[in-house]
Amino acid sequence: MSGVLVILEDRGGRISRLSWEAAAAARILGAQRGVTAAVVGAQTEALAAEACGQGFARVVRVEHALLAPYTADGFALALEQLIRAESPDYVVFPHSYQVRDYAPALACRFGQVLISDVVAIGEGPVFTRQLMQGRFNASYRHTASGPCFVSVQAGAFRAEPADLPAAAPESFAPALDAAQIRTRPGEPFRSSAQTVDLAAAQRIVSIGRGIREAANIPLVEELARALDAELAASRPICDSGWLPIERQVGSSGHTVSPRLYVAVGISGAIQHLVGMKGSQCIVAINKDPDAPIFEVADYGIAGDLFEVVPALIAAVKAGKA
Amino acid sequence: MKIIVAIKQVPERDAPVRIDPAGTWIEESSLQFALNESDAYALEEALQLKEKHGGEVAVVSAGPERVGSTIREALAKGADRAVHILCDDLHSRDALGVARLLAAAIKPEQPDLVLSGLQSEDLGLGQTGVIVAELLGLPHATLILNVEKTETGVKVKRELEEGWFQSVELPLPAALSIQSGGNKLRYATLMGIKRAKTKEVRILTAAELGADSAPVVRMERIALPTKQKSTQMLDGSPKEAAAALLEKLKFEARVL
Repeated sequence: MSGVLVILEDRGGRISRLSWEAAAAARILGAQRGVTAAVVGAQTEALAAEACGQGFARVVRVEHALLAPYTADGFALALEQLIRAESPDYVVFPHSYQVRDYAPALACRFGQVLISDVVAIGEGPVFTRQLMQGRFNASYRHTASGPCFVSVQAGAFRAEPADLPAAAPESFAPALDAAQIRTRPGEPFRSSAQTVDLAAAQRIVSIGRGIREAANIPLVEELARALDAELAASRPICDSGWLPIERQVGSSGHTVSPRLYVAVGISGAIQHLVGMKGSQCIVAINKDPDAPIFEVADYGIAGDLFEVVPALIAAVKAGKA
Repeated sequence: MKIIVAIKQVPERDAPVRIDPAGTWIEESSLQFALNESDAYALEEALQLKEKHGGEVAVVSAGPERVGSTIREALAKGADRAVHILCDDLHSRDALGVARLLAAAIKPEQPDLVLSGLQSEDLGLGQTGVIVAELLGLPHATLILNVEKTETGVKVKRELEEGWFQSVELPLPAALSIQSGGNKLRYATLMGIKRAKTKEVRILTAAELGADSAPVVRMERIALPTKQKSTQMLDGSPKEAAAALLEKLKFEARVL
């Protein structure tokens, strides 16, 4: 077809929000030629109906009984066949955990490399992605012939429905054999009962590596109490077992958007930022004035958290008295 | 079980990284380097599997001579031997180019399990392990926190988004990308450091492995990110900054 193919992802029976952002990125690449959307699964009727009327030139249902539940083998095989049949110039994915699991292998089958976690697309096209935990931006170009595989980061492209008439979905039946699916996935589960609802919190005080050791956590806990806020953390804190994983904010934890988010000793790696950058007001306290967290903060204090936090607690308490 | 762990040396976490004058890579000369974090978890998982089930753990790492210190660290923690793929152009290879090197070195080893960290802290591509699996024709799973041996293969705990998990069963041989946080990392003991000096480190070159290095994706420039938001930095003593912040939160942002 020589155009742009975007893979829309199923999230609980609906097309995921990140997929719409991937569609927006696909439109940048396919402004002239139009964008074809693919939905993948064992039953894709509802997903296809949701995609129709959203401005895609075509909607393709990649359907096979072996495509549920998700497996890397099943998805890579099915999409390999679709891409060989369609020969698109670009294949665009949401940068979800699922895509990270199969898209690199899929690209490899075409001798290609997925340009992953893209935050911007410029003339050329030049793809921007982050390096060094968000400290730098790097620009990438696809230099080979053949399809170019791109995945887009959450929150980087604005999902907007385009204005094109709806076409009836088409069907694509991949040839799959049960023996080709080598892994056996189980049902999703949560590890423990949830005792805190970060998503509903109006104020969050969140801690990162800057806290140095578990013994220092009560200091920030006191700030959270003074601000009437929930305590949260970046991944390394939960990895170390200092706070339970249910308090983790970021791509592997919760996505939050409170009115106030205070990041204490968090450098601002991309995986953390995607989980909190939608907060209404962001405060960052970090000793490194160049830390990427300050890129998304409304207010910043570049200083030692062990001096700033006690001062802040005292000021909050004085204000209440 | 024979386990190969692919590890990468990256700039130390808090290292002051600067862009080189050409704007195409970082200044390496003044940097300290360390073992990539999720690779350390991959190594830990491998060592624990060996302790439970016996077998061998070998590490493989690609990069220039300095990578030798990170390889020694892995050996000191308990890996039995290592393969160092000597190459000075690691960052100009794309993920496929690096994966081809690793796969070429791993293939003749015929391991039961290939482990790698989920993503590197410098480039953060997060796909080398998956491509190695594809090149070796192995089933794979990513974002793995725990590996259990079963009668027919392995059962792994895979992290999904938003606090969900799932179990996945795979036959062996298989490849797994390990997420950080699944285990407690060990430190090298003095005895381990001593022993590491006598362990085998086989040096291979990229040329010997015959892996094609022509990239299909090229990194052209590195730059500082442009600010998307205007951040008000609050200066002064901690006390002054704290007072100024509260003032702003109450009367400007109105979130208190």
